[in-house]
Amino acid sequence: MSLSRRDFLRYGMAAASSAAASGTIDLSPVEAAATSLRIKEAKAFPGVCPYCAVGCAQLIYVKDGKIVDIEGDPDAPHTEGALCPKGSSTYQLSLNERRITRCLYRAPGATTWDEKPLDWMMAEIAQRVKKTRDATFVEKVRVGARDVTVNRCEGIAWLGSSVLDNEENYLIAKLSRGLGLVNLENSARLCHSATVPALGATFGRGAMTTNLIDVQHADVIMPTSNWAECHPVSYKWVMKAKERGAKIIHVDPRFTRTSATADIWVPIRSGTNIVFFGGLIRYAIESKKYFHDYVVAYTNASLLLDPQFKTPTDLDGLFSGFNPAIRSYDQSTWKFELDADGYPKKDPTLRDTNCVFQRLRQHYSRYTPEMVERVCGIPKELFLKVADIYCSASGPDKTATASYALQLNQSTNGVQQIRALCMLQLILGNVGRPGGGVVALRGHSNVQGATDFGTLYHMLPGYPAEPLQGPHPTLTDYLEKTTPKGGYWVNNPKFVVSLLKAWWGPAATKENDYAYDYLPKREKADAYSHQHFTIGMLQKKVKGFICMGQNPAVDSPNAKMVRQGLRNLEWMVVVDLFETETASAWKEPGIDPTSSQVEVFYIPGAPAAEKDGSITNTMRMAQWHVKAVEPPGEARSDAAFIVDLGNRVKALYAASKAKKDRPVLDLVWDYQPQGPKREPTMELVLKECNGYATEDITDKDGASLYKKAEPLKTFGHLRDDGSTACGNWIYGGIYPEEGKNLALRREKAKAGDYLAHGWGFVWPANRRIIYNRASADPSGKPWSEKKKLIWWDAEQKKWVGNDVPDFPGTMAPDAPRAKDGPFKGVSGTDAFIMNPHGLGQFFASIVDGPFPEHYEPFESPTHNLLSKVQNNPVAKVYNVGDLNKLGTPDRYPYILTTYRLTEHHAAGMSRHVPWLSELFYGHFAEIGPEMAKELGIQNGDMVTVETPRAKIRVRALVTERIKPFMINDKKVYQVGIPWHWGYQGVMKSARGDITNDLVASLGDPTTFIQESKALLCNVRKEA
Amino acid sequence: MARTLAMFTDVSLCIGCRACQVACKQWNQLAPEEPEWTGTYQNHHHFTDKSYRLVRFFEETDDKGQIKQWHMMSDVCKHCAQAGCLEACPTGAIYRTEYGTVNINQDICNGCRYCVSACPFGVVAFNHDTGTATKCTFCNDRIHNGLGPACAKACPTQSIKFGFRDDLAVVAKKRIDELKTLGYKDAQLYGEDSSGDLGGLNAFFLLLGKPSVYGLPEKPKLPQRNVVVDSLLSIGSALVVALGGLVAFRGRGGQGGA
Ligand code: SF4
Ligand code: SF4
Repeated sequence: MSLSRRDFLRYGMAAASSAAASGTIDLSPVEAAATSLRIKEAKAFPGVCPYCAVGCAQLIYVKDGKIVDIEGDPDAPHTEGALCPKGSSTYQLSLNERRITRCLYRAPGATTWDEKPLDWMMAEIAQRVKKTRDATFVEKVRVGARDVTVNRCEGIAWLGSSVLDNEENYLIAKLSRGLGLVNLENSARLCHSATVPALGATFGRGAMTTNLIDVQHADVIMPTSNWAECHPVSYKWVMKAKERGAKIIHVDPRFTRTSATADIWVPIRSGTNIVFFGGLIRYAIESKKYFHDYVVAYTNASLLLDPQFKTPTDLDGLFSGFNPAIRSYDQSTWKFELDADGYPKKDPTLRDTNCVFQRLRQHYSRYTPEMVERVCGIPKELFLKVADIYCSASGPDKTATASYALQLNQSTNGVQQIRALCMLQLILGNVGRPGGGVVALRGHSNVQGATDFGTLYHMLPGYPAEPLQGPHPTLTDYLEKTTPKGGYWVNNPKFVVSLLKAWWGPAATKENDYAYDYLPKREKADAYSHQHFTIGMLQKKVKGFICMGQNPAVDSPNAKMVRQGLRNLEWMVVVDLFETETASAWKEPGIDPTSSQVEVFYIPGAPAAEKDGSITNTMRMAQWHVKAVEPPGEARSDAAFIVDLGNRVKALYAASKAKKDRPVLDLVWDYQPQGPKREPTMELVLKECNGYATEDITDKDGASLYKKAEPLKTFGHLRDDGSTACGNWIYGGIYPEEGKNLALRREKAKAGDYLAHGWGFVWPANRRIIYNRASADPSGKPWSEKKKLIWWDAEQKKWVGNDVPDFPGTMAPDAPRAKDGPFKGVSGTDAFIMNPHGLGQFFASIVDGPFPEHYEPFESPTHNLLSKVQNNPVAKVYNVGDLNKLGTPDRYPYILTTYRLTEHHAAGMSRHVPWLSELFYGHFAEIGPEMAKELGIQNGDMVTVETPRAKIRVRALVTERIKPFMINDKKVYQVGIPWHWGYQGVMKSARGDITNDLVASLGDPTTFIQESKALLCNVRKEA
Repeated sequence: MARTLAMFTDVSLCIGCRACQVACKQWNQLAPEEPEWTGTYQNHHHFTDKSYRLVRFFEETDDKGQIKQWHMMSDVCKHCAQAGCLEACPTGAIYRTEYGTVNINQDICNGCRYCVSACPFGVVAFNHDTGTATKCTFCNDRIHNGLGPACAKACPTQSIKFGFRDDLAVVAKKRIDELKTLGYKDAQLYGEDSSGDLGGLNAFFLLLGKPSVYGLPEKPKLPQRNVVVDSLLSIGSALVVALGGLVAFRGRGGQGGA
């Protein structure tokens, strides 16, 4: 894309017209020519900001092979050309003296790095991978009476990355599973892993339900995250709604830059969100403010439950089926009463005491405004005021939007905190409708994509489960147990078989169950997560580690312990832009380098501006960025590293006859590396993810549908007979024809299409607001003119409107439940097509209970006021002895909460960028004036913050924005600490102690996400 | 003269993200500096020769000491219609462009720093490396090529609006009315009135409280008469300055800046 003078005016005017109501700057050519502009003769390449998941589109200006400027793309419908400080400083990710451009090698015990040639490094790394794989590989295990092929290698861990591209994550997933790796993760585990099961169990997909642009249509917006600070550019849509008169209610333990823009700030004690949301659900029910018709039609509220199912209201904090010996639930009573067809019985009047609605009501009967006040610290009057405003934005004419991020995620009740918010939105009828939805704000640029593409231990690309050795020994077992009887997941076999074909090609045949044996089988559910394998390193069970674009030395919970784990490794590969704390853990200040025998290979990587690929933002939108310049020196794309490593490992096994090596040797791995740096052709990866025909395909009349190798137009064309291959079914349609990359589309929003369907590609099928069938009433008419989105056109006999229907396009509103076919079990009113009953789920089986129940954080200033069960009874407590001691309020009297700031980001990036590093004076802790006074702390004093895990030194920032809470009638102070800092960094202000050293090793029982928002600490002023 | 261009910063929309501050640095390729401790999120007390935009943070508490509001205000050169810096400049280095902006010609500036003390807003800063005075130019190169300033373009919430002054004045007045109806009774414009102080500011603001809450002078004034006279007198020596004095001033500046 080269920019002409016309383009300048176009961009100039776009910028000006979005900046001023009427002003376009029309300058005379003479004046324009008078002052030179450094981007005038530059080429502009489409870029995407690599920091957060707003995914701001950029233009990267290049002159003489050098980046001269990076700024926002004014045509981007979701950002309108804006960038936050991080996006505005992307230039310094490429042009930065600290960029490492040569390969660095640290021999075991050495005290310095050595430069080594790339080729030597790659050869050595491939050998380490083979050696550790061979030494730790488990081919078969005995499960009960049978030998199960598990093809599993537990000795290597691979940390993919939520800041790498989709295609790179896909390649990591493919190669690592091919090698048998089970320790596979990305940063999503630590930030948003609870999102997926929470949203998935409620609505059907583990992703944000709506679109950022649509937020402007909300009548009330309730950020329960620090939206303005952490996702600044998307906050424009909140401000637009506010300019239109929407009310903003900010729920946050601290008064932040989001609170500053809000109409109401609701201070809440960290870790008590279920009480707040539960209180709102109770209020909506008791004040009859819930959206009755929506709830009856589109949710499972009317389904009848087995009378034996008991809630914590019945059992003082526990659901029925708890087994204390193994700290887990037997879920056999968590079920519906079925009719003769095997479908749940229902009571549309919602009066039956056993219907979900009444059980929900009974469950939340304890969550009174008084309880909210005593547990959350929110004054009752404030709660009632907020409850009235929020719950009033419901019904045919009104909608409310709520956002969340890590405040809800990072908890031993992470999944359930998010579930509670989802249920609140469901009961108010706010899902699938304009101005409604659950805005899951992802932190890293590609958290959504890295999750979708399966660099997570428990799943494969597109969300099929990574098999377990017990229940899934064969493909038949696996498909039987993971494919529901109704809802769109009935197509699971097509997705799974097509994935196996994409990975193992001709070696995946009907006879060998499409090479299902090649897939590694997990030993159990409670293993292999980020926390599990970092402890595995400490205990020397995990010996080799590949770390790409992540910095576990700083961003892991109990980070000090994790750094010891890194030093205990045999070998480690780091692919990154800068020398991170992870890469340099062996020379951490205060540590004798010779005490660590870890062999470290540092491979210089490339940021988005220097490579081709797509990034999926928080609203499921994949945007392609084009390589604008060559990476410097020996730096290459991460994809080049992965593809090169795959080829080299395959070569090392070439002569092997062993069965265990077939998954490596048969892995389809031809990405046509090009040029001197052997950069793979990324469109080929995208095409594989999209899906293609593995043979000529004809319809039942013999007419040709696809020629062999032709890309598939939609995931609707996938088959389970091996005739299609597809790396990630949810991205089906992103590359519908040879050479047509829809992620690269950059068409401005057209009049009448505010959701801008011509910009990028949104999965699934370019649907911008999912579950949008719910925007119409059961008969197919919009609930109201004001809130219309899609509707049934009886003449054309199809769904039409302002978005791609998230529903079978021609299924009439009165259509009965389909008996067969791809939409088996779905009827004309089943707005939540992914769920087995087509309904939004208040009641859903999650390991810690079908309804969210409040339990205290493991470090808490109070006993649980709701029941006698103090903590989540099935949460994960990692057993690492003294390294994971928990604090009690007598010794650690203050609540500690951790967070991030607008100006900093992932621990491996922003502190190496000078224009970001200069924005804060240094590491700090926010403390309220009352507490400061009690401890004799002045603003700016150095303090020590201590938990049983560690002590850190930070500067006190004394501010009125941090307030104490009244918890159970007792005043409790809180301390807030951002977590960005570490011992590497471009300037003094960029270096500081590591906040995550303070955090304990605890996990949510479903996803093992850590508890880093609600802890206890002590604070001392430095003498 | 072309229509006057202006920047209208509406603090009621500002989220204090500092995109403007960084976008300015990127476009103008300004070097980073170690920040200062200010006791808030702000990274410098004042504008510097490397920070032409500065987001200021102020906490306002009520009479019980509870947080009432956290004000964020992105401050910048006002490009005043009657500019103290311009009037004080002895060499003619400071000039007004055809769009009404006030710029410092770096080739002429002799580093005398009269402008630094003459600015009622503390905008002009002295660059010890080049020995010249520097400040925001509204991205002179961009506005002469049909692009808005980098800060306004980056601003996520369009708190900074850029355009023709007369158009922006209409937008600003409408916004004030809206805010008043929403209950922001102290909302006011600062510098919009071209018959007011300093003949109006070409970077004007919408504030949610008194100017002093934001660290702005309630009644910005041109520098003391004698400073102006002083500087006017020195115009007589401008030629000398332009030839020999320039080197001398700059040289001194360079050493002093260590
Ligand atoms: S960090 Fe996020 S909000 Fe900021 S420019 Fe990048 S994508 Fe946009
Ligand atoms: S970019 Fe806009 S919102 Fe951000 S600090 Fe500057 S003026 Fe405020």
